[in-house]
This record gives sequence, structure tokens and C-alpha cells, in this order.
Amino acid sequence: MKLKVGIYWGAACGGCDVAILDTHEKLLDIAAKMDIYLWPIALDFKYDDVKKMEDGYLDAAIYSGAIRNSENEEIAILLRKKSKVMIALGACAHLGGIPGLANFYTRDEMLKRIYIDSESTINEEGVIPLESWNVKEGELDLPRFYNTVKTLDQVVDVEYYIPGCPPVPLQIYSALSLIWDDMLPPVGSVIGAGDKALCESCPRVKEEKTISEFKRIQQVLPDPEKCFLEQGLVCLGAATRSGCGARCIKSGVPCRGCYGPLDDVPDLGIKMLSAIASVLEPKEEKEIDDVLDTIVDPLRTFHRFSMPASILRRKKE
Amino acid sequence: MASGKAVDAVYNIKPPPAATKLRELYYQAHFIHSHAAHFYALAAPDFVVGPDAPAAERNILGLIGKVGLEVGKEVIRQRAISQDIQIIIGGRATHPVWNLPGGVAKALTKEEREKVRPMVVEQLGFAEFGLKLFADVVMGNKAYVDLIIGDGYELVTNYMGLVDDQNKVNFFDGKVRVVDTEGNELFKYTEPEYMEYIAEHVEPYTYLKFPYLKKMGWDGFKEGKGTSIYQAAPLARLNAAEGMATPKAQAEFEKMYETLGGKPSHKLLAAHWARLIEIVYSAERMIELVEDDEILDPNVRVMPSTTPSEGVGIIEAPRGTLTHHYWTDENGIVTKANLIVGTTNNNAPISMAVKKAAQTFIKKGGEVTDGLLNMVEMAFRLFDPCFSCATHSLPGQMPLTVEIKNKDGETIETVSR
Ligand code: SF4
Ligand code: SF4
Ligand code: SF4
Repeated sequence: MKLKVGIYWGAACGGCDVAILDTHEKLLDIAAKMDIYLWPIALDFKYDDVKKMEDGYLDAAIYSGAIRNSENEEIAILLRKKSKVMIALGACAHLGGIPGLANFYTRDEMLKRIYIDSESTINEEGVIPLESWNVKEGELDLPRFYNTVKTLDQVVDVEYYIPGCPPVPLQIYSALSLIWDDMLPPVGSVIGAGDKALCESCPRVKEEKTISEFKRIQQVLPDPEKCFLEQGLVCLGAATRSGCGARCIKSGVPCRGCYGPLDDVPDLGIKMLSAIASVLEPKEEKEIDDVLDTIVDPLRTFHRFSMPASILRRKKE
Repeated sequence: MASGKAVDAVYNIKPPPAATKLRELYYQAHFIHSHAAHFYALAAPDFVVGPDAPAAERNILGLIGKVGLEVGKEVIRQRAISQDIQIIIGGRATHPVWNLPGGVAKALTKEEREKVRPMVVEQLGFAEFGLKLFADVVMGNKAYVDLIIGDGYELVTNYMGLVDDQNKVNFFDGKVRVVDTEGNELFKYTEPEYMEYIAEHVEPYTYLKFPYLKKMGWDGFKEGKGTSIYQAAPLARLNAAEGMATPKAQAEFEKMYETLGGKPSHKLLAAHWARLIEIVYSAERMIELVEDDEILDPNVRVMPSTTPSEGVGIIEAPRGTLTHHYWTDENGIVTKANLIVGTTNNNAPISMAVKKAAQTFIKKGGEVTDGLLNMVEMAFRLFDPCFSCATHSLPGQMPLTVEIKNKDGETIETVSR
């Protein structure tokens, strides 16, 4: 029997949906194995169709995007109710992703910046969008814009995670095939990725060099064969899960950590700090601090994709 | 790509020619993937399966059912080629992180160029197939032609698009040209000048702002001569230019305007035709770039020598002119940003187009079918099938709810998606 599936996006860029399309000829295979009951980017079904389903009707819901507003959350709750299995697709749903960087600001700061202070905006009356607005034809509602961006599993129970920004398309396919082959691992597992650190499958040569200063990629022309970290460029490969095929590294840029932390590592940033400590030249605390100080904006560098999932979650107000 | 250009400006550096060409080659392939997905997966079902076909069939799978698996497979294969070209050049098809301040992180090797060479030729064949499909299925069907040239999908506004120094369409570089409702040039601006020409208006009932032509001032949702509303995206780009820079695209450009009865054209559904012409331009331009030996130059990066501060980058995104403006500290960390993204430009036109389609197709006393509502949605879909790009950190969803009221203001039917 064909599987019943719903695909949805919350606070997403659409790249995860594109990654599903990028399974290319395997799309026909997916269509043969699954009946898709909701997929806003590609199919013409509506929320009401989902609301009418019995609970647990869908075999799986695939949710990309973070939770940034009340609509993202409501649909997550609805799909959770209607699905046997909930899958977080991509870094945003998994860890908060790029939208999660908004947690360095408050809701009010953002609304003021966008609608009042933005240089190209002319808004003398200081209008800010409202959740409810009365016009002569009736009331218009907007979803509530939250103060804090959340991961999918911070609002509903999630069985599986497919990591990446976006996930590698073939990894999505292999993760989906686990459903129809009935081979799903224990609940809570990351699927469609490896279980070792990216460094272990990285083609770059490591020589156990130590460094005394960090630089950013625009300041150096890195050697194309050698480990980035050993050249003083922050590369998150040591703390990041493998599975992407080191695609950024092969195109000449360090890993920024989109596949997220390894199992049993609650916080990618903390893990990364210890990996960095191991390549530092100085061993005295004060000198170590001086070298670490050369990392520009460490918090956003380590938590580029994972601020909402980190132990910090958001900037203190 | 817009952010790549903006950070070049932040560091006040100009990438070496090979880097600019690689970025453009990557970007043309991106255009084909995006336009092909928009046309074949999201718009073509309306035409090929039919605007009032059952919702469950009006999608890419229904399309394959109608045109045959072989055609479906070919579209999928060609979209794969566009994505693979990007992967060969920049390592990944989404979020190309190889784009760096002052150039790109990796030069193109001889072997990679040989791989890409036949791929771009195939893409041109695919582009021409699209035009043929459109001519046969859409323009060969009187009902669709009537829909395209009828009043239901017409909106008279100004138009915006990036052009080269001959006023030909350019996705990647040049000046932004804006023409009025009759096609006369209103102005042309360079990247750092955007704020003198474009302003954004805020309404309380939507998170998306409404850009308009600043010099004319915000004057509400009015179409016609003198309006401050403009459109961006495929048809607008062609309207705002004097032609296409490649021969096959130019020939089709002329044919389209002849069929539509002159330029500019205010017939919104012709956006799909314009989109297919742009695919031809992208494919032809890719061939030019791949055949240019300079693309193999290993020098693809310039190191910054100034303190970073502020910069603007503008490109044509598939769904409209894309402006990125960054302010940074002395380390190059962004302290402030201002973005006007593709679909945002079209916010007012989309609202007006949806209203007009609803007024045209939903008739007093007539039955309001799902098919009619879909025809209202088509006014939306011709601009953007998804809308998530336009709202960024803000809610990425655009639920379409149509409430049909009788003359006493009572809701007689509500349909939402
Ligand atoms: S994980 Fe990346 S590709 Fe997927 S929606 Fe988020 S930002 Fe886009
Ligand atoms: S730190 Fe980066 S470059 Fe070095 S081995 Fe690990 S993944 Fe590769
Ligand atoms: S190299 Fe790192 S940032 Fe790039 S795709 Fe892989 S995990 Fe993500």
C-alpha cells in the first residue's frame, strides 16, 4: 500500500523543498511509493483537507523550516496530530537554522528595524503590522510574530531528523526509503547522515599543525589541499556530523556546521571550542585567550545554524 | 549573488574577470532551474491540465499524466542538468558559499569545462522545447489565448529591470531601468542610488511591505498612467528593456510583443511566455560563457585592502529585482542590512491582480467553483508560486482566503488554502 505523506514548510527559505525536487528522477520513484496529501510549494491542496483527516491518518509528515510565528506552530501541531511519524527536514526544523539567528534580537527590535527604521521605508505614522485589523469587508488576521525562534521539536514531538542546509538530495531519498522499507531506526535518530565527524571523511590533509592566530577567509588564499583549521580558518568539521560529502570544503570554503552536532553532543559550540583548543599553539590560559579573541563573532560562527537548539537559545533580554 | 556583489562593494573590490564569469555562469544555470520549476511544476498544470481541472490533478503529476512520462522525465532531467552545472562550478546548487568577497573560492578546471560544455548545449535544446510547448499547448488553444489577452489578467503599471549599456535584459549586472506605462524610460539607477528611486510603504494588515517609485510618492493601489506602482519579474524585465542580448531570445522577444499587440504589454499571464524566453537567453548566454577561454583563468580572487564599511548589490532574481544593502564594522561583520527582494517589488501588483481576477471571474449569481477560485490564484502564481522569499524572517506563508460576500456584506462562501 502507498504511504500517505504531508510535506510542509514553516519559517523556511524553500531550499529544503528544492532539495526534495533535486532528487530528480527519483521523484517518480517517490511518487510511486507515497501519496502526497499536502505540499504547498508543488501541489494544490489546502489546510482544510488536512483538518478533515482522522488523527494518525498520515504515515509521515515532513516539516522544513523553524517555528517563528503562530501559523508555523499551529500547522506543526495539526500535522503532528494527523501523522504517525514527524520528520524534521533541514537545519531550520532540526536546529533553528539561519532564521534562528533572529534570537540575537527581540521581536520589538526587529519590527521597529523593518517597518520604521529601514532606510528605504517611508512610514511617518509608524504603522506596524497588527495581528488583527478591521476593514469594511471584515477582519483580517495575521499570524503572531514570536519573540523567539524555536526548533520543531521545541513545539511538537519529533521522531526523526534529516539534517543539512539544505540536506543533500540523495540523503533525503535514502531517509525516505527507510520509511517504505520499514527500516526506521529508534525514535529520536538523525537519519540521512553519517554518525562520525565530518573531519573523518574530509579530503584535506591534516598535519597536526598548531596555530597562533585565526583569520577569516577573505583575508587569506588558503592552500587547497590542507586542512582549513590548521591554516587558521575556523572550520566546524570536527564538531559537525558527516553526510554532506564535504561539499563546501570541496568548493574551497570551510564547514559552517549545517549538519549539526553529533549524537550525544548537546551543544555544537562547546564541542567546537574543545576541538579548537587542540590546535592552538599556546598552552597558557592567558595566551590561549588571546588567540581565541582573534575569532571574530564566535557565538554566531559556532551557532550559525543552531542558536535556538543551543543551551543559550537566545540572547538574554 | 546579490549578497556577493554587496560584499564586494563593502570591501570596495572588483573580482577578477574569470570570477565574474563563473558567478554569471552559475547564475544563468540557477535561472533555468528556477524558471523551469516555476513553469513546469507550478504554472504549466494550470494550462496543460486545465485551470478548472480537479485540484488533485492540477499539479506536476497530473501534468506528467497529460503530456506523457517521457516529457515529464525530460523536464526532470533538464532541471537536474541546471542543478549539476551549479554543483560543478560552486559545489552546491542551493546557498553557493563559494562566492566570496572579491571573487570565488575555486577556479574552473579544464575537465570541468569539458563536462559543462555539452550540458549547456542540451539546455538550449530544452529552452527551445519550452517555447514550442507554449506555442502548441497555450497559444494553439483559443480559450487560453483569450485568457491571456482578456481583461481578467491585465494590470497597467510601470516596469523595472536590470539592463546592460544597450538597454538589453541582463540578470547579473548593469543599471536598473524603470519605464512608465507606455514604455518611456523614467530613470536608470546604479546600485548605490537605489534609495533615491525606490521607497517602501507599510500597511497594518500584512508583514510584507509595498515598494513604489519614490519620486511619484505612495498613492495607493492605483493602476494606469501616472501610477507609482511598478512590477518586476519576467514580463516586467522584458517590458523595461529594449531587447535581449542573444539572437534566439531576441527573435522570440519580437514575436511575443507582436502577438501581444505592442510593448510594453500589460497582459499578466504573458509572464509565463517571458519566463520561457528568459530560459532561452540564459542557455544562450551559458554557451557564450563556456566558450570564453577566460573562464579557465585560475585567478579568481582579489584580496581586500580597504576597511569594510557599506555596500549595495543588485541583481535580477528570477522573480524580480533583488537589492541587498549591508553596513559592517571594521571586521566586516554586518551591523545593519536592508533588503528589497524579488517578489516584494510585486506586492502591490499581486494584490491588485488578484482583486481584478476575482472581480472578472466571480460573477453575480453565478456558482463559485473551485476552478474559478483557481483562476484567481493564477493571478498570484504568475508572480510567485511560494512567496517565502519575500518575507524572510517574517512569516513565510501566504494563506489565500477568498470570502465571497453578497451585496449586503454577508459572507456566502469562504474558501482558503
Ligand atoms: S535548512 Fe536551509 S535550505 Fe532548508 S529551509 Fe532552512 S535555510 Fe532553507
Ligand atoms: S577541520 Fe575542516 S578542513 Fe580540517 S579536516 Fe576537519 S573538515 Fe577538513
Ligand atoms: S561542509 Fe559543513 S556547512 Fe557545508 S554542507 Fe557540509 S556540514 Fe554543511
